Amino acid sequence: MKQSYFKKGIKDGIPIGLGYFAVSFAFGIQAVKGGLTPFQAFLISLTNLTSAGQFAGVGVIFAAGTYWEMVLTQLIINARYCLMSFSISQKIMRDIPYAHRFGVAFGITDEIFGVSIAQEGKLSPYYSYGVMSMAIPGWSLGTLLGAVCGGIMPAMFVSALSVALYGMFLAVVIPPSKKNKAIRAVVLASMAMASLFKIIPVLDKNVSSGFMIIIVTIVVSVIAAIVCPVEEEENHES
Amino acid sequence: MSHNVYIYILVMAGVTYLIRMIPLVLAKKEIQNRFIKSFLYYVPYACLSAMTFPAILFATGSVISATIGFAVAVIAAYMEKSLIVVASFACAAVFIAERVMTLI
Repeated sequence: MKQSYFKKGIKDGIPIGLGYFAVSFAFGIQAVKGGLTPFQAFLISLTNLTSAGQFAGVGVIFAAGTYWEMVLTQLIINARYCLMSFSISQKIMRDIPYAHRFGVAFGITDEIFGVSIAQEGKLSPYYSYGVMSMAIPGWSLGTLLGAVCGGIMPAMFVSALSVALYGMFLAVVIPPSKKNKAIRAVVLASMAMASLFKIIPVLDKNVSSGFMIIIVTIVVSVIAAIVCPVEEEENHES
Repeated sequence: MSHNVYIYILVMAGVTYLIRMIPLVLAKKEIQNRFIKSFLYYVPYACLSAMTFPAILFATGSVISATIGFAVAVIAAYMEKSLIVVASFACAAVFIAERVMTLI
């Protein structure tokens, strides 16, 4: 059973690893350009496993910001992981050793969260480990390669690969939207609200994308929870 | 860079891990409150949707190729294809669109 969860995780982790590889390649190039060594760039990706937070983080390093600035930047940009972690706490299997929660937590990224939440029934930590076994090497080795030999990968491939992760998100949210009206409304409302943040210049300029995601997620989910509270049986399926 | 790079990295990694770890480790019980349950049920859909659109439109070399990639991904997802299939179709669509655009 553990093995089959792990295998399923590897399978779902392959597109994530590939997508990460392309994105982190760009991160590696940028990190070295700003003055970090390839090893430092690799170490950041290995220990952080997050895109927006790392790009912002090296920004703080290059600007020689204070450590507190680094703490604050990471808190704001990555606060959405807090919501995801809370969501996973309800989804994870209850009859597993407590220590697994520390392991699963490391792998909470936008993409891994996306595939984890799409699993039927409860979430096995071995599924998460399977996904992580693809995602972490993809992310950290992509960074290293980008840092060492940046510019070698033709821009046209980088451009095409950059939609991979978004494609996966759509594959997670669209199928349930066909059957469930409330989910469909949540998906459309969130996209519309996120677009407003992009269209309205004041918001686009002053609100970081990480913070925008938190605001949209909370506002839309609170309204949906009030208007369409979930029935008991429905929640078991989720 | 007057500060130590490795301390920066430690701070980044530490804060990021704590954000991910604390809720998962502390929220051990199953939540009974119907409102919170419903809220958490909708969080993933709201969050993933807000991350995807409109960001996907600006992810590639041009808005046109990105829009084509987005449309193809939506259709493939609507047909309930697996994650890897939807992702590959989207990438292929962008790649082809950009090659065609250079010809025009």
